[in-house]
Amino acid sequence: MIKSSINEQASALPRRAAPLEVRDLTVAYHEKPVLWDVDLSIPEGQLCAIVGPNGAGKSTLIKAVLGLIPKASGTVQFFGQPLEAARRRIGYVPQRSSVDWDFPTNALDVVLMGLYGRLGWFRRPGKAEREAAMHALEQVGLTAFAHRQIAQLSGGQQQRVFLARALAQASDLYFMDEPFAGVDAVTEAAILQVMRELKKQGKTVVVVHHDLETVRDYFDHLTLLNVQVIASGPLEQTFTPENLKATYGERMSVGVGR
Amino acid sequence: MSSDFVIVLTAIFVSTASALLGSFLVLRRMALMADAISHAVLPGIVLAFWVSGGERATAPALLGAAAAGLLTVTLVEWLTRTGRIKNDAAIGLVFPALFSLGVLAVSLYFRNVHLDLDAVLYGEIAYAPFNTLEAFGLNLGPESLWIMGGLTLVNLLFVLLFYKELKLSTFDAGLAAALGFLPAVLHYALMSLVSLTAVGAFQSVGAILIVAFLIIPPATAYLLTQRLPVMIALAVLVGAVSSVLGYVLAILLDASIAGMMATVAGLLFGLAWLFSPVGGVLTARNRRERQRREFAARLLLAHLAHHDRPVPAREVLEEFGWSPAFLAQAQQWAQREGLLAGDPNGLRLTARGAALAGERP
Amino acid sequence: MDLLAGIFTDYTLRNVALGAALLGLVGGVLGSFATLRRQSLLGDVLAHAALPGICLAFLLTGTKAPLILLLGAGLAGWLASLLMLAILRSTRLPEDSTLGVILSGFFGFGIGLLTFIQHSGDSDQAGLDKFIFGQAATVVGEDVLTMAVLGGVALLLVGLLYKEFKLLTFDPAFASSLGLPVRGLGTLLTSLTVIAVMIGLQTVGVVLMAAMLIAPAAAARQWTNRLSTMVWLSAAFGVLSGVLGAVISATRENLPTGPLVVLTASLITLFSLLLAPERGLVWDWRRTRNNRRRIRLERLLLDAHVLYNHAELTPESLAQRRRAAPARAKEELEELAARGWVTGRGERWELTEQGHAEAHRLEQAMRVLPKALNPRAEGGAGGAA
Repeated sequence: MIKSSINEQASALPRRAAPLEVRDLTVAYHEKPVLWDVDLSIPEGQLCAIVGPNGAGKSTLIKAVLGLIPKASGTVQFFGQPLEAARRRIGYVPQRSSVDWDFPTNALDVVLMGLYGRLGWFRRPGKAEREAAMHALEQVGLTAFAHRQIAQLSGGQQQRVFLARALAQASDLYFMDEPFAGVDAVTEAAILQVMRELKKQGKTVVVVHHDLETVRDYFDHLTLLNVQVIASGPLEQTFTPENLKATYGERMSVGVGR
Repeated sequence: MSSDFVIVLTAIFVSTASALLGSFLVLRRMALMADAISHAVLPGIVLAFWVSGGERATAPALLGAAAAGLLTVTLVEWLTRTGRIKNDAAIGLVFPALFSLGVLAVSLYFRNVHLDLDAVLYGEIAYAPFNTLEAFGLNLGPESLWIMGGLTLVNLLFVLLFYKELKLSTFDAGLAAALGFLPAVLHYALMSLVSLTAVGAFQSVGAILIVAFLIIPPATAYLLTQRLPVMIALAVLVGAVSSVLGYVLAILLDASIAGMMATVAGLLFGLAWLFSPVGGVLTARNRRERQRREFAARLLLAHLAHHDRPVPAREVLEEFGWSPAFLAQAQQWAQREGLLAGDPNGLRLTARGAALAGERP
Repeated sequence: MDLLAGIFTDYTLRNVALGAALLGLVGGVLGSFATLRRQSLLGDVLAHAALPGICLAFLLTGTKAPLILLLGAGLAGWLASLLMLAILRSTRLPEDSTLGVILSGFFGFGIGLLTFIQHSGDSDQAGLDKFIFGQAATVVGEDVLTMAVLGGVALLLVGLLYKEFKLLTFDPAFASSLGLPVRGLGTLLTSLTVIAVMIGLQTVGVVLMAAMLIAPAAAARQWTNRLSTMVWLSAAFGVLSGVLGAVISATRENLPTGPLVVLTASLITLFSLLLAPERGLVWDWRRTRNNRRRIRLERLLLDAHVLYNHAELTPESLAQRRRAAPARAKEELEELAARGWVTGRGERWELTEQGHAEAHRLEQAMRVLPKALNPRAEGGAGGAA
């Protein structure tokens, strides 16, 4: 219900197109729906969480939106444009466990990969790109580790390298897939600081998140997902016991009314 | 015994002995280890050949090959455990090195003796009737028949006696260990038998083609059933059919018997892949078509639920990008299920359809 | 020296060495990507699958022109890789079994075709079987040229698309999010591996081809943590194996080149695994041994420290405390003495000044241990902003 009222507001006010507008998105693995008829509008310049139980399709949502997996139906628009036209404005932080960290490369090199899209085919990164990558590493506090082989970094540091790679993309809209999963306190603080810095610059950040305890402290906008969108909107309106119960089922026992 | 009969019977023994072990190799994801072992038995055979003074002796050859097989398994596992090399790369490092040693030894010391490289490749099953076993002055018939018959019996006994343990350690090695079933011992026993079977079959189908018998029939059976006993039985059957048909084909075309047997096995695998009742490509395509129709119908219902008025078909086509024929199929299915009403103004849900669209999938 | 000089003077040896070196070069470069993508044994499958392609090419065209046969081999390998992908996508058959089925099925068919051709009495056919184990001695100038052109094309493409291949290998999902055609690039990389296999067929043959894609890359990985260095090193190791194998095989009659090239590459890999700086296993073993020894000595010192402070330090008391034989305890005291932590002789031993200080330091270290083990307290190994 909240969802529809916000949509009405959005259509009533003439304003810039939202960073992400998803309509009727359905995704299926072997014809079994993983996401069903998802409508979603992400407001500009906010920190947005996507929360839901395991298997709710949170990561699938990000991957489908970015075109990494095929969708059964639906449209996705970024800043009012289709994916291909808006690619340069989108940054992506995959799950840390999605790659083999024994790969022969160092932190700086991984961050440089964030600039490959802008470089285009055949061109190699040069001095300017190297400086941009170093700057991104500085933002996550890893300057001293630029030339460290990535397997020799701690889990939290690896996560921050991925974050720096996305920063190097210099995008307007960021997708982060479980960036807080299994990281140490230092990294958690660093990621949060970067997110807030991005917000200050007017960028939009969409984060797949699993920790209900921190949702209230970290985010402005919340989407509760369990195959379908249960609720989506400003945090105060969506982070309610009823919505959580609808998302997680009866056994939810996290204190919402703190 | 006619020589045709001896050859086919030997081949059936080879394929049965292999299929019994191969079923577990496929399930334990050790198919490529079998490939490695089958290559690596060559240096073991050469060594045994050398020890026994250039005579082709069965017992040392079996022992040497078993040792080489176990050496391969141990080396691969050690390399993987160091964490410096991934498992598949370790396999690809060990067997070419050992096989190279074998080839080198053959070319240096046993050139034109009883071991030649063609035999390594595709064996000499055609000669099976002529190498006879003699003991106590009695002619006991073809040697390869005795060897492969014996190995088939050993493998059968192994699988029957340790069926429960093999099954458990294949699906849950941790639990098997906790229950005291020593999965590691079973693992090395299985690997030893694979090596023995590879070297036993070496004379008839060659070291390399034995892989075809170890892997293809069980893989074919794997596509046909999800039950272990049925899978083993089917694997044995596929192996036997490949043996007989392969022999016939080889005679007709005057080509390598072992090669044609492997070819037939490959073709049978292809048939199972396409037509298997459980997940064959064509079977699955039919089922997927049906599911796709149903799934499209549900998408359609969900879309219609947003509207209070009948929606013209043209709008739906634009919305989903479907072809009119596909929409017609989905529409037909939904109408048959009583979810969609026949309305001249377009598509409209029945009460049941609206209720279903409101449900969570 | 004479032998190495032979590379420049002996026509046959030169061609053999060039062919093997080209294989090492191209195999080393593409093997780096294949092993990192966990497709080490793809080369093995492609090589085995090439055999029926060679035979069919001969049957259909009746020629033994190297380019025609190699094209047949390449097409068959390519077809096999497509079939493999199709089976993997459409069934739940494990990947290793799928590889095994394709490999042995294609190879068996190839053997069938080969024997069919041999028995058909076509006198032209002699020499087709050289592709199985390779017969480097039959490599002539024309073959080398064919290999060079094929290899040149493959290397040029790797050079042009290096950045894209690197990203594809490390993080395909991110590559896709940047808009790179991940599937197309993957197919291209596989196709280039097919080219490497085509180059190797005549020199090492289908059975041993896998090693030329894996061994140089596995060796190179041990020496460096940078992909570019790894690719160069892998190429260098490949060339080295090729040339050395060719030269050694020329020293005697009946020494086949292919197995020698493969064995050289395997030895280089073994050497790298054991002795490469940082990743070498020998250093690992030495570190473990030293650590064990250090820990044992430290615990020994603490025992001696307790005894000296609260009772008396004799071989008997130490033996009792450590539940060891007195003779062994005596040896242990000598070990401590060698470090300057205790002095004494016979029944009378005492801790030195240095021994006291060390024991004190160890006790302090053990007291802070629980705190250091707490991950929350320390955070990551590095300081953050």
